[in-house]
Order: sequence, then C-alpha cells, then structure tokens
Amino acid sequence: MINFQYLRTSVVKTALNLLAKDPKATFIAGGTNLVDLMKRGVTAPEKLIDINHLPLKQIELKNNVLRIGALTSNSALAENAIVKEKFPLLMLALQSGASAQLRNVATVGGNMMQRTRCGYFYDTTMPCNKRQPGSGCGAIGGYNRMHAIFGTSEACIAVHPSDMCVGLVALEAQVVIASTKGERKINFIDFHRLAGTTPEKDNNLQKGELIVRLEIPLNNLNKNFHYLKVRDRSSYAFALVSVAAALELKDGVISNVRLAMGGVAHKPWRLTASENFLKGKQATIANFEAAAKLAMNGAKGFGENDFKLKLAPNTIIEALTVAKAKA
Amino acid sequence: MEFFVDENDRVDGVDKVTGKAKYFAEYQLPGLTYGVLVTSTITKGKITTIDTKLAKSAPGVLDVLSHLNKPVAAGYEQAGGSPMKIFYTDQVFFNGQPIALVVADTFERATYAATLVKVNYEKEAFNTDFENSIKDAKAKKLQGQPPYIRGVADAYKTAEVKIEQIYTMPVETHNPMELHGIIADWCANDQVTVYAKTQGVKAAQAAIANVFKIPQENIQVNSEFVGGGFGMALKTWPIEIATVMASKHLKKPVKLVVTRDQMFTMVGNRPAAYQKVGLGATKDGKITGITHTAFGQTATYENFTEGVVNMTKFMYDSENVNTNYYVVPLDMSVPIWMRGPGEATGAFALESAIDEMAHALDMDPLDFRMKNDPEIDPAKKIPFSSKNIKEAYKLGSAKIGWSNRKNKPGSIVDGAWQIGYGVSIGVFNASRGRASVKGILKADGTLVLQSATSDIGPGTGTGMGLIASRLLNIPTNKITFELGDSSLPPAPSQGGSATLSTVGTAVNDVCVSLKSTIAELAANSNMDATSNFVDVLKKNNLPMIEVTKQSQSNQQGKDYSMYSFSIHFVQVKVHQLTGVVKVSKIVSVGDSGKIVSPKTARSQMIGGAVGGIGMALTEEALLDNRYGRYVNNNFADYHVPVHADVPEIDVIFIDKPDFIVNPMGAKGMGEIALIGFAGAVANAVFNATGKRIRSLPITPDKVLEG
Ligand SMILES: Cc1cc2nc3c(=O)[nH]c(=O)nc-3n(C[C@H](O)[C@H](O)[C@H](O)COP(=O)(O)OP(=O)(O)OC[C@H]3O[C@@H](n4cnc5c(N)ncnc54)[C@H](O)[C@@H]3O)c2cc1C
Ligand code: SF4
Repeated sequence: MINFQYLRTSVVKTALNLLAKDPKATFIAGGTNLVDLMKRGVTAPEKLIDINHLPLKQIELKNNVLRIGALTSNSALAENAIVKEKFPLLMLALQSGASAQLRNVATVGGNMMQRTRCGYFYDTTMPCNKRQPGSGCGAIGGYNRMHAIFGTSEACIAVHPSDMCVGLVALEAQVVIASTKGERKINFIDFHRLAGTTPEKDNNLQKGELIVRLEIPLNNLNKNFHYLKVRDRSSYAFALVSVAAALELKDGVISNVRLAMGGVAHKPWRLTASENFLKGKQATIANFEAAAKLAMNGAKGFGENDFKLKLAPNTIIEALTVAKAKA
Repeated sequence: MEFFVDENDRVDGVDKVTGKAKYFAEYQLPGLTYGVLVTSTITKGKITTIDTKLAKSAPGVLDVLSHLNKPVAAGYEQAGGSPMKIFYTDQVFFNGQPIALVVADTFERATYAATLVKVNYEKEAFNTDFENSIKDAKAKKLQGQPPYIRGVADAYKTAEVKIEQIYTMPVETHNPMELHGIIADWCANDQVTVYAKTQGVKAAQAAIANVFKIPQENIQVNSEFVGGGFGMALKTWPIEIATVMASKHLKKPVKLVVTRDQMFTMVGNRPAAYQKVGLGATKDGKITGITHTAFGQTATYENFTEGVVNMTKFMYDSENVNTNYYVVPLDMSVPIWMRGPGEATGAFALESAIDEMAHALDMDPLDFRMKNDPEIDPAKKIPFSSKNIKEAYKLGSAKIGWSNRKNKPGSIVDGAWQIGYGVSIGVFNASRGRASVKGILKADGTLVLQSATSDIGPGTGTGMGLIASRLLNIPTNKITFELGDSSLPPAPSQGGSATLSTVGTAVNDVCVSLKSTIAELAANSNMDATSNFVDVLKKNNLPMIEVTKQSQSNQQGKDYSMYSFSIHFVQVKVHQLTGVVKVSKIVSVGDSGKIVSPKTARSQMIGGAVGGIGMALTEEALLDNRYGRYVNNNFADYHVPVHADVPEIDVIFIDKPDFIVNPMGAKGMGEIALIGFAGAVANAVFNATGKRIRSLPITPDKVLEG
C-alpha cells in the first residue's frame, strides 16, 4: 500500500513545524478534495498533518473587520448570523458550492486550496501540465467546455472551481498566512494566480505556510447583491460561469459596486474595468450591458467553451439586474 | 415496531431503508479475498508484456490473473466468437478494458498492487469518433437490421409540407448508485456459489455454466436485492467471469466491486445515436410519409443493436413509412440496453419531428397527433389489444393546463424566463414470456410464492403479493414472495417491462389452482365452499398445499398488437440570458392496462421522468477521441438530475384492464415511464423560445447559441 503517516495537532506552531520539517508533508482539513486526489493517484503525500483541531474556527466582527478562521466549515460560515446580515453575498456564494454534505466538512482554507476540476488533471494517463509539468495540456484541443476564457496560457487553461472565492474577491477580503517565520497578510485577489508557464502552482502560498484566517472589512454591500451561478444542473455542479455582484445605490445612482466572476479564469476574476465604468452612473440595463461588454475585453474561447463569451456578459447583466431589484 | 401501514407499501421498503436488505457486496464469506482490475490505457492494439513481479510480491497479494496465466475456462478454449473472452486474448479493443485481476487479502492491498502491474503495448490506430464515422464513407462498416418499407420509400420528399432533420444523442451510462461486481466462491466438486448484481439469476447461472462447462445445477446464484440496474445487469460481464475464474484458480472466495470510473467502460452504456427523420404531410395535417434512418454505436468485438426505429412503424397512421437502422463499430466498450432501450432514443427523434411538423402546419401538436392516431396497427394491420391514447391526451392536457399553451413559440414570458409546454408519446412492447412460480399455502394462514425472478427496484415482490392477495383474499403481510435465487422455479431476466406480465401470470395461475384445490378439499370434507383456507387445511390435517405453474408466452400476438403507451406533458422555463432550462411541471400519463400495484407503479413513472430529465438536460458521457478515454467518468461531472432539477410529478393512470395481454389485465410500464420524455422537454423548450435543440442534452450553451 502507499503508506503515509497521519499526524494530528491542536497547536498551530506544531503544525507549522511539522510541515516545515518535511517536504512531502501536507495539511489535511475536510479532506474532500485531497482524499479524492490521493485516490486517483494525482498526489501522494507521505505525511498528512490533520489541522482540523487547530483553534481556527472563530467568526467574529472586530473593529469593523470580520475575521474568519481558516478551519471554519463552509456550512458554519454560510449559516453564521453576522455573515447572513452583513455579508449575504458570501452566504450566497457558499451555498452555491458543492452539496450540503460536502459543505459540512469542507473548510474555508481547503476551499481556497482546492484544485481544478479539469478532467485531464484527474486522469493520470492523460497529458496535463498542471499535474505533470511538460506533459502537455489535454484540454487544449480536447474537452474544454468548463475551461477559462481569461488570462489563459499555452500551458494551461484550467479554471479555479471555487464559488466562495469569487464572493471573497468581490468583498475585498484579505488572507492571513502563517509560517514558522511569522505571519503575513495579502489581498485575497493576490492569493490565486494565473497559470502562465508554471500551471503546477495554483496560488501564491509558499511551501510551509498555513492559511490561518480571512479578514473582510465591513461594507454597505448587503442590500443590493446577488451571486448567480450558471451550471448544468441546479445543484452539485461546478459553474459554467458565476458572477458575484453588489451595488450601493443612492437615488438610483451607483455609488459603489463590486463585480467578480468565477468559472472563467485560473483565479477568481475581478471585473475592475466594469466596476469603474459603473461607479457614479445610473443603475440601468443599458449601463449594465455596457459594463458587461467592458468585462469581456481580452476574452478568448478554445472551441468548446466559446459559448462563455456570450454567457459571461449575460450572466453579469442578470446578476446586476437581480441585485438592483432587491429591496 | 409496525411499519406496514398500507397493503400497497413496498414489501421490502423497511428492509431497504433500515439497512437490513443485503446487497451482493455485503456478504462476508469466511476467507474472502478481494479482486481489483488492471485496465488498458491504450484504445487499440496488443498487449506485448505484463510485468506482475512487483505486484505479486506486494503484501497480501495472492495472484495476478491475465492472459499470460489464463486460468482454465473450458468454454473459452475454442477460438473466436463473442462475447469477449477475458484473459483469453492479448488484444485491446477499447480503452479501460480489463486486462488483469489482482487478488489480495484486502481491498486496499489489491488496489495498491494493481498500480504495480506494468503493461507494455503495441499500439494501433483507433477510431472512437461516432459522428465522423457516419459522415466519412470510408470508415463505413455498417451493419444493421433489414430495412422496413411500407408503401413508397421516402414519400415525404414529395409531400405538400415536409421537414427533414437530424437528431443526435450522446453516450449515456446507467450508473445506478450500486457499483457493479460479484462475489464468487468455487468450492470442491465444482460447486459454485455467487452473490451477484443481476437482473437475471437464471441467465447468470447459464452464462457461468457455459464458460466453465459445468452443469447449471452446480451453480447457485443469489441476488436478492439489486441497487439499480436499468439494463446494465442484464448480462454477465467478462469481469464477473474473471472473478469466478479467480475463485476457481485460488480455491478461495473472491469479491470484485468496480470503481465508479470503471462503471463507464465495463458494464455497457446507452449508445450514441444519430438519426435522420423525414416527415411529409398534407396542408391540413395528414401524415403522408415518414422516413426514419438511425445510426447507433456498437463495438468492434461484440455487436449490439436495439429497436431505435420500432415505434416509427406503427405509431402514426401513414400509408408510407420506411426505416433504416445501422450500427457503427467503434473501438469502444460494447453498449447494452438502458431503460426504454432503443425506443427512448427513437422517440426523441420521431416525437421532435412530429412537433416540428405541427409547428410547420401551425397546428396544435396534440391535435396533429390525434388526427394521425391510427385505429389499428398500421404496420401489422391488426387491432391493438388496447389503446387509450385519446383519453390519455385529454386527462394529461387538462392536468398540465395545456390550454395555457400558445402555439406561437416565445409567447409566454415571466420576468427573465420564457415558458413553454411540450408533449410526447412513449410506447413499448407489452410482451409476456414464460415463467414458473411455486406457491405454498400454509395452515398458519400464510402464502409463500417462489420464482427465480429479480427485483431491480420496480417492486416485483410487492406487485406479485397484491395479485395473490386479491385472488386468494389473503392480506399482503401474510404473503412472502421469494426471488433472486437460481434454485427457485425458473423465470426470465427482469427486462423489457415484462416481469409483471410474465411472472404475474404464473402467480395468477398458481393462485387459481390453489383456490380450486381448497374448494375441492372443502367439498370433500363437507365444508362450505366459502370456507377460509386455514379451516379447510386444518380440517384435512394438511400443514400446507403446494403447486407449481408455468405461464406461457402470449399466443395472441398474431391477432393483436400489444403495446403499453405513455404520454408525457411538461412545462419548462427557459432563462433568456443564461439559457438555463428548468422543468417546472410534469404530467405523465400511463396507458398500461390495469394498475396492479399503485404505489410502485407511480414510483416507476416518477423514476422514468427523473431519468427523462437526465436524458433531456444533463446526461452525457464525454469521450476524448484523441485518447479514447472518458473525461467525465465520475458522479461530479456526469450529471444525473438532483432533487432541485425535479419538480413535483403528476402521474395519471388510465387503469383499464387489457385481458388479451394477461389475466391480470396489466401491461408493463418500466420503459414507457422514460420513453418519449426527452422529446417532450425538447418540444417544450421550442415552445418557450422558438429554438429547436436537436442534440441532447439540452445544456445552457446549446440554448444560448441555438
Ligand atoms: C463533488 C464535488 C463537488 C464540488 N462542488 C463545488 C462547487 O460547486 N463549488 C465550490 O466552490 N466547491 C466545490 N467543491 C469543492 C469543495 O468546496 C472543496 O473540496 C472543499 O472546499 C475543500 O475543503 P477541504 O477542507 O475538504 O479541503 P482538503 O481536501 O482537506 O484540502 C484541500 C487542500 O487544501 C490544503 N489546505 C487545507 N486547509 C489549509 C490551510 N488552512 N492552509 C493551507 N493549506 C490548506 C490541503 O493541504 C489540501 O492540499 C466540490 C467538491 C466535490 C468533491
Ligand atoms: S487545462 Fe490545465 S489542468 Fe487541464 S489539462 Fe491543461 S494543463 Fe492540465
């Protein structure tokens, strides 16, 4: 059998030391992604450090900042009273992901770290640069209906599959990361990366680092918001395209807006140009359409996913329309 | 605790939800060992070497079986022929083909050892591209069924109004929740016991006897509970034979349970289809010609055909009908019947085309169908044993609110959603085969019925119990129906919606016979003819009486055309910006004779509608033609409908007995529950949007680009 060691600790420092010591060690949280990858032979860690007992499950609002421990389950976060009231966009994004059973064990940190669902990545007999750098990209010229239209590279056109992360990008969250050397904080949008020539790297977390919490500054985006996920079945399916939209409206004029898209890039895709366009304008369908058009600058299809060039702007328009209509 | 509240309840419902029901993989035999398959990673060619050294020396491994050490199976010794002879060939016919079986003392050890088996191949060029093989004349190696012609071929071409369209469907997989597999225990003196997942214990027994050339009586097949089959368990697959081989070779019980991805390549599928329908009609809506040409996919190493064009021959009253059916052999694993087999495929094309014609004529599609509804079977020129289609139209259309439908597509809008209505017919042979049933009526007031039939979910025991209960006036909780055991009186496999008709007729005959025996005994002992059988048996000092009856297949086929019918009505909502389709209302009407078991019959219709939503909107097995491998072979990416996809389903039964088919007056309904459903959805999408999607499944991208 492929034997691996299993260790468990309830002390953050110990977890970090264990990880730092061993290049073939990895954390396991809910295990909903990692265990699948191990079963399919995509990854074979020699040491699993179970971090479920680390004291990182708090959700608290302090100094106008919501702090979310990295081991909070997706369900607990979605059902939290503060989240429901102040950050309902995050709640919607979380509830759009996976299934109730998965969300009960999936953690915030694990959700950020989940790997792409590209079918070629999961089948070790097929080429995939992300799994095996240099082996080629099976999706280019193959089944790429689920794949990226923004920020792609010749090496990889995979998407990051998370819904939660799309909401977090729109909410301008920050990530607090710890290592044996101390803590650092980065903007959520800088956490994930584009594939470029190194698709094996999904994000900017360094070897030996642990995600300890998220921080989201309080905002006024809890009235006119929507998370719209377009998928092949009504639940338990990854996004073809998803849009997180939030508006702050004053007399029909948009004073603040956040827009992010999922299912279109190797990272959650923030629509900054569209946001800038909409700021200070009337919340009209015509303006939503113009913003959606702007969002599509630089988009490129790969055959099977060409439909996203149409679906993506439509989904932006619909998400904004629903957000605006909310009382 | 008393769970049994209603005589119509599923007799094994409580066992199933409490975990008492034992499925094949749950049997724990002493010394059980575990098999794990090694599968080919090329699509076509030859295995040159298999290195099993590492695997064999891995902890717990008992042996590795492959064509190199082929354990003896006498029936495989002669060359050639089909089915595929596992471990008797070095040829690779498809990607994911089982080529070796690792057996170890635990499942985990076998799984690991399987990764250590190193295989080298001589690769050959292969072809898995279905649509291109049809279009590319050179690749044509088509073999099908003989063409059918009534009247003039291609008469539609000269009709006043004509349509000619192509409809396509991808490969679908059965993928029941329960994974496939078997436990085989080959004991001394060639006595074999297997715990199988099968739709036919007698067929499995015969298949094993045939391969190993041992008497059928030596083989005991048990399959009391089956966690879904949908057709895939109608055959004893090579991997099951491999497990029996392993048990024989190792002299130990061996268990095999395949993985979910292996469910896509080892146990069949619904083949992809490409169909061309030409339809001609007069301006006032009389059909004058139908031409239906269908291509299905098959394998190179075994052939598979099904009844894709069957219903086209008799469903509508047209003087001129011609059909053609071809199969395209590809380097893929062989298909097998999947619920509503070919008919479901054919109905999608025919019923879409009918809807297209109604639209071209600016007629209500229901009126168009009624206008062309034949009085007698136009193919066989004999009457239908029963057919209540017009009544079904009436009941179903009232229930769904058909009067709200507008003939002009895109007329009903509700916010961002467009709303449409669709209808489609389903039809399937109401056949009856031969089965034996033994009945044991006991003085303690109970009745035991036995037959080697199966229950893959429809509620066989429940239905049989109800038949007996009514005939003998015994409450259903005093009746036990034993099945799934090859030592019981023989019955055919459960398939083709024939079990209730076939086995039910034998149950009927057994009950009639028991009743007359009781009446005779009563008369002999000077008892009242209406005396309770318990009193009669006691008075006669009999602990029990028993009888075995064999039903015969229906002999009236030459005088009557016997079919079950269904009509599916659906309402859909289509999102104008995202292309998402939601089925928002369903009314399925079953015209399948007398409903013997109302609850399980309703469940059948509901299951069919759910399967129909999958066929219409979500299910598609994607194979990359460059590699010959599936890329969505798991339950996250192969989308069967979830609860949120399924609205409340209204089921209506005509419930009129058809005593020509059998003495219960009941016709089968497993297939008609699904057949036609996808067409109804496609037609509703057209009515909602004006977009005609001719390629299943109807995913948001197709609607958006349509
Ligand atoms: C069938 C299926 C459908 C799904 N559908 C969706 C969907 O629609 N939308 C969606 O968003 N998600 C979906 N998911 C993904 C799901 O959200 C993720 O699997 C889950 O969030 C991962 O969390 P986990 O705690 O189980 O992670 P694990 O599997 O335990 O870990 C994943 C990775 O994260 C690392 N890790 C975990 N925690 C930390 C930490 N604190 N610091 C550093 N590294 C860490 C682990 O080392 C591992 O490499 C689906 C999953 C499945 C299996
Ligand atoms: S898209 Fe990325 S993950 Fe998918 S096959 Fe190509 S390299 Fe691998």
